[in-house]
Amino acid sequence: MSLTYDEVVAKYEPVLGLEVHVELNTNSKMFCGCSTIFGAEPNTQTCPVCLALPGALPVVNEKAIESTIKIGLALNCSIAPFSRFARKNYFYPDMPKNFQISQYDEPICVDGYVDVEIETDEGPKQFRVEVERVHMEEDTGKSLHVGGATGRIHGADYSLLDYNRAGIPLVEIVTKIVPATGKYAPEVAKAYVSELRDILRGLGVSDVKMEQGSLRCDANVSLRLIGSDVLGTRSETKNVNSLRSVERAVRGEMIRHAELLNKGERVVQETRHFQEDTGLTRSGRSKEQAEDYRYFPEPDLVPVAPDAAWVEELRAGIPERPSLHRKRLQEAWNVPAKEMEAMINADVLGIVEATVNLGADPTKARSWWLGEISRLANERNAAIADLSITPTDVAEIVALVEKGELTDKLARQVVEGVIAGEGTPAEVVSKRGIKVVNDDGALMAAIEKVCAEQAETAEKVRNGHLPAAGALIGAVMKETKGQADAARVRELLLGHLGQ
Amino acid sequence: MIRATAAEMAAKLASGEVTSVALTQAHLDRIASVDTDVHAFLHVDTEGALAQAAAIDAKRAKGEKLSSLAGVPLALKDVMAQKGIPTTCGSKILEGWRPPYDSTVVANLKKNGIVILGKTNMDEFAMGSSTENSAYGPTHNPWDLTRIPGGSGGGSSAALAAFEAPLAIGTDTGGSIRQPAAVTGTVGVKPTYGGVSRYGLVAFSSSLDQAGPCARTVLDAALLHEAIAGHDPKDATSINAPVPQVVNAAKSGDVKGMKIGVVKELNGDGYQAGVRARFEESLELLANAGAEIVEVSAPNFEYALAAYYLIAPSECSSNLARFDAMRYGLRVGDIDGASAESVMNLTREVGFGKEVKRRIILGTYALSSGYYDAYYGSAQKVRTLITQDFNNAFTKADVLVSPTCPTTAFKIGEKANDPLAMYLNDIATIPVNMAGIGGMSLPSGLADEDGLPVGFQIMSPVMKDERMYAVGAALEAALLAKWGVPILDKAPVLGGAK
Repeated sequence: MSLTYDEVVAKYEPVLGLEVHVELNTNSKMFCGCSTIFGAEPNTQTCPVCLALPGALPVVNEKAIESTIKIGLALNCSIAPFSRFARKNYFYPDMPKNFQISQYDEPICVDGYVDVEIETDEGPKQFRVEVERVHMEEDTGKSLHVGGATGRIHGADYSLLDYNRAGIPLVEIVTKIVPATGKYAPEVAKAYVSELRDILRGLGVSDVKMEQGSLRCDANVSLRLIGSDVLGTRSETKNVNSLRSVERAVRGEMIRHAELLNKGERVVQETRHFQEDTGLTRSGRSKEQAEDYRYFPEPDLVPVAPDAAWVEELRAGIPERPSLHRKRLQEAWNVPAKEMEAMINADVLGIVEATVNLGADPTKARSWWLGEISRLANERNAAIADLSITPTDVAEIVALVEKGELTDKLARQVVEGVIAGEGTPAEVVSKRGIKVVNDDGALMAAIEKVCAEQAETAEKVRNGHLPAAGALIGAVMKETKGQADAARVRELLLGHLGQ
Repeated sequence: MIRATAAEMAAKLASGEVTSVALTQAHLDRIASVDTDVHAFLHVDTEGALAQAAAIDAKRAKGEKLSSLAGVPLALKDVMAQKGIPTTCGSKILEGWRPPYDSTVVANLKKNGIVILGKTNMDEFAMGSSTENSAYGPTHNPWDLTRIPGGSGGGSSAALAAFEAPLAIGTDTGGSIRQPAAVTGTVGVKPTYGGVSRYGLVAFSSSLDQAGPCARTVLDAALLHEAIAGHDPKDATSINAPVPQVVNAAKSGDVKGMKIGVVKELNGDGYQAGVRARFEESLELLANAGAEIVEVSAPNFEYALAAYYLIAPSECSSNLARFDAMRYGLRVGDIDGASAESVMNLTREVGFGKEVKRRIILGTYALSSGYYDAYYGSAQKVRTLITQDFNNAFTKADVLVSPTCPTTAFKIGEKANDPLAMYLNDIATIPVNMAGIGGMSLPSGLADEDGLPVGFQIMSPVMKDERMYAVGAALEAALLAKWGVPILDKAPVLGGAK
């Protein structure tokens, strides 16, 4: 018996809980000086501390504490004047110490919230997602299970271990349960993770690349009958590697739970693994019996007691919340919401803003980055940020077009030249000999030639049918190999034809 | 030459009367001749020690400025990581492991030109009071080879008492420096917690472990203390403050006007008669030297042992989790098709000894949810109360004193199957670790009933380590005046060599 989503939400109310792990972008690991660069040769970024050699001791990375406090402040949390690290004890081959240094009952940030806005049937609506805690911990190493059907440790022929990731600073952000989202639960989940990602990116504390695992989301979902105040059994979906997947995973779990409940079966408390290809989850580790991690305060580290004045200093430096900032930009630039979203999705909003700040017209700046430059990036299979063109270059090109020194068509050649590494726009213009033909004599010769060739069309214009001029202007532009200023051509042409 | 103090050896090295190579060779010869009986060493680094000695001699010949103990040999407890040198912690599970790095203590020893002869025997992972828990066989007490040399640092204390080394490094979690010193007639100091870096000290119980100096005289211990102590950015619990002036204190030995507090609860019933007699005698000598003897009470000390046996095993159950056969040490059962889990289990089953397993199980239980508050939580509260007892006592006295342990050295095997009796040995030393303060044991004579050494314990407040050195030096001088010879001259002669 397969249910539709509408049938599910007609009967059940979803309850959400989201746990997000963020890898901080500090230069060194949480408790040692090893590098944190992604993608290095396995086991090259290790030392006695992160390999847990006998006798080695952890020392806290101060930068990681600073980043975590910034996150807490940006999420409206209180910063604990005294917090402690704790050991979470369990055995796993990719965890060198067989305990993870984390925070347990004394986290560094507590009680915050994030407001998110989504489109509902009644228009835009705000939901408040309350944050229970933000705490610091270290990442584990990575296991690669070779052989076997599932890629999991059971059934594998052998496993390879890479400890480069072991000890990378992680921040875990845990929400309180998010009730009363109704049918919008999937959208709220997605909007929350999206908002969080923007906030973290704005703080500059993480790369927040979901596909590389620097931002990972676990979505906890349970259902209860509408009107009931008893919480249902939850599942915890891991491996959700994109914003779209967050939404799909929540929706999928809601349907799966409802089907079980309708059949009179019970939901098993367990972790589920999201499958990108099918959008479904598969069963993972059972959590029916709570694992006993034997937490106790980490005796190798001293408590974290951030100075109140320092916290205030950090608070003063927290940037405007990206969603508010965006709203402000949208109004200032007078851009439709759709266009705004297109810029966000293409990850060019910051670049466009920088270009506008350098004096470019917002519409022009947007259309360059979103249009031609995006196209060239696609052609090269590169991210826009990785191209060698900068906001300064684009602002310069926009200015050249405005001054009439470049046509749009010529400007595209300049953009291409800059991306090809030929230098600044000015250098490309001079190297390629690009210039607008503004010698009226040369233009008049071309106009006369075109009018002679297309005498019939010229006659129409002469008789006052102005739309016909377009074809003639096009032909003149072609004649001058695009180097003419179309506005000047139009002016001369109309004059020539007595208009 | 080998019966001299480290300070005397250092003076002869400085004057050129002897070379470090000759001095080192003399100790290597002594080890070769007596260690088959004593078994103080697990590993002797003959080549490394001689090379290090030769390098010091060369520097001295060039007129380079050297630190005070440069060229003097030392025995290192096998719980300290030394680059390239086997480090087993007395356990099978680390057999064959050679650390790729130096502990901070070893780095400091090398920086001071102290020659490392080799690694000494110990109870497995420093858990024990007799060195019988070593996976490599027990160490024998040079005073009576049928008796234990104390533990866990029995190898280091026996090496000193057998003149195999003039200096040694120990570690003290509940008395593992002081109790071996007491039963072998040597000096052992547990500095203030955080005074000496723990980086590279293979952890047993992180909040209690502390490395410290072992020697035959108070001054030698002070010289070594200064060489290894100081803030270390690699140890977050290391204290960032100047090292206490222990050498000056040991040289002065001045106790005039000092108040010495006798801890009521650490004496009396359960303490051997000869131990009590020597303790009383030492108090008299200190009073004669100008100290004022007062009595203090520490009512919560009676819970110290119980709390210790919750905290230490809890931390050890977590600290020893890393021995899982994945990255280093022993690996058992790694045959085709074996899972990582089964290799971990088999390795830990084969690699750990009985006492270590007992404590891992105890600690795992004490930290379990539902039991945590009753066990680990309560033990931490007791710890706070003990610290308060010390704080109160230190308002009435500058240092506190007690016998180091209730008895003299017992026979090998006597308590091996009675863990509780074994644990009781540390009843007077454990409170010091619980509060993180300093503690020293030095010889106070021989018990009349068995002719074996008795230890006198001095406790000083956090980072006031110099006080115990001053008191220790005063008592040592008074006892030497009384006996006419150092206590070890009364020990039986081993191996025929003098």
